[in-house]
Amino acid sequence: MRRTERPLFRLATLHLPVLLIVGFALAPYIWIFITSLIPEKELFTMGVQYLPAHPSLDNYLRLFSKISFAANITDSLIVAVATMILGLGVSVTASYSFSRFKFRGRNYLLIQFLVINMFPIVLLLIPLFVIMRTLHLLDTHFALIIAYATFTIPFSTWMMTSFFNAIPKELDESALVDGCTRLGAMTRVIIPIAMPGISATGIYIFITAWNEFLYAAILSGTRVRTIPVALQNLIGEYNIAWGLLTSGGVISAIPVIVLFFFIQKRLISGMTAGAVKA
Amino acid sequence: MRDLTSKKLFPYALLSPALVVTLLIIFVPIIQTAVMSLFHYVIWKPADNRFLGLGNYLQALSDEVFWIALRHTLVWIAGTIVLQLLLGFATALLLNRDFWWRGLARSLILIPWVTPSVITALMWRWMYDGNSGVINDLLVRIGLLDAYFPWLANSSTALGAIMIALMWQGFPFFAIMILAGLQAIPDSLYEAAEVDGATAWQKFSRITLPMLVPILFTSILLRIIWVANSMDVIYIMTGGGPGYATHTLPVYAFIRAYKALDFGYAATLAIYLTLFLVVFVAFYVIKVLRSQENIG
Repeated sequence: MRRTERPLFRLATLHLPVLLIVGFALAPYIWIFITSLIPEKELFTMGVQYLPAHPSLDNYLRLFSKISFAANITDSLIVAVATMILGLGVSVTASYSFSRFKFRGRNYLLIQFLVINMFPIVLLLIPLFVIMRTLHLLDTHFALIIAYATFTIPFSTWMMTSFFNAIPKELDESALVDGCTRLGAMTRVIIPIAMPGISATGIYIFITAWNEFLYAAILSGTRVRTIPVALQNLIGEYNIAWGLLTSGGVISAIPVIVLFFFIQKRLISGMTAGAVKA
Repeated sequence: MRDLTSKKLFPYALLSPALVVTLLIIFVPIIQTAVMSLFHYVIWKPADNRFLGLGNYLQALSDEVFWIALRHTLVWIAGTIVLQLLLGFATALLLNRDFWWRGLARSLILIPWVTPSVITALMWRWMYDGNSGVINDLLVRIGLLDAYFPWLANSSTALGAIMIALMWQGFPFFAIMILAGLQAIPDSLYEAAEVDGATAWQKFSRITLPMLVPILFTSILLRIIWVANSMDVIYIMTGGGPGYATHTLPVYAFIRAYKALDFGYAATLAIYLTLFLVVFVAFYVIKVLRSQENIG
């Protein structure tokens, strides 16, 4: 393993395969980006174009003039930000509690948060629809925020528990010795230290809410229409507006990818930590 | 306030917001689903609603589509997991070696994993397109195909074609987990093996694989549960069709709820799927409990 390999051998067994895999990961994006630059009417008349003959931003412009994509972006933003605030607000104290205290029912409750996310979405989707319909909340931002809390609260509680676990308990104790209350130790000492982990979790909540489709399709879609639903609506029975779809896809994926790059290290360490130890 | 911060109650006080919210928006609704599954419940025909007991459950057992969907669910889970695992494993082994652009490669392969399901589904649907799809064009150019083929509209290729899209979306998960497992294997093991003159294959089969078993077990289990539930990509790519060719249990339940508004029967299908998943979830819970005991 430590031997120096010949460059050609290394190229064939390492660089080339990695390049192929990276290419596979990026190819669909490259392809929809190319497509999004081709005017819609050329898509079906000129065959497959690898380099657009007449590249234009027409699809992107139509996205904002023809369908109300700006309104869709606003809806997605409102729902994702509110989901993040609700999810973090409720889970921060819960995960601190799981990480710092041994109390009756602790393991049971912690496991319950893990298991909740493993059951089929239809199990929750059906009753939530009935509840929202009864409360006249269908097609509101609120309905989606509540629906998304069903998976963001359990997930972020687990995630942040592992981040809190990484902070030594001695810090709480010395804060208590210095005259802090339990609550003060948490809010003034531990939460600030855990802030990078908390914000990574928050961004992850934002991403999942931004990406979500099934709840959004059922619980909203007319007055409130998030990007995934808006894109899916472009698929007609016989006609699919690929120019709009690909440009909309590019626009909605970019923020997610950019945000993800900021948090990937922390998120992955949180995710794999438990699994490797176990 | 004094009472709340007393040692005994404080942990529960901190937990209470999360507990109350999950109780209201998760547990109450799940019970509602269980109750609904005992009724004939079509939401736009409230006059017809009536108690059926286990009627829906029996109906499912004699419902041909239910069995088709169950069979597809098994094929879907097995096929998707194998594809994701193989590519993820290969990726992890490659990324575990030292090369100058490793950091960049590792970041880039994560992109499919954060891609919204709707976009994953749309871009693959576009690439598979029977008239202007790039996959058809490339296959014809290199001579593997004589003419464009409607991959998603043909019932024998549709499910497989979606599995490849899911492989794309899910292989980074395996790559990350396995890579973390690889990096946790002490170098000393390999050094000792080298001293003893072990071949590369021996090192892989006697050290790497056995050391990875726990993490492989956990990630496969997690993935089975996730893949079994995942239906948005299928739904957007084919809507469950052509015919019933891409109906899995969650897709079938979703279609019954969304298209037919037959909530009673959809709830029953959801409960069947849950019962099927309980086995895997139980395995996972046992494993987590064990590791918690080891730490605490």
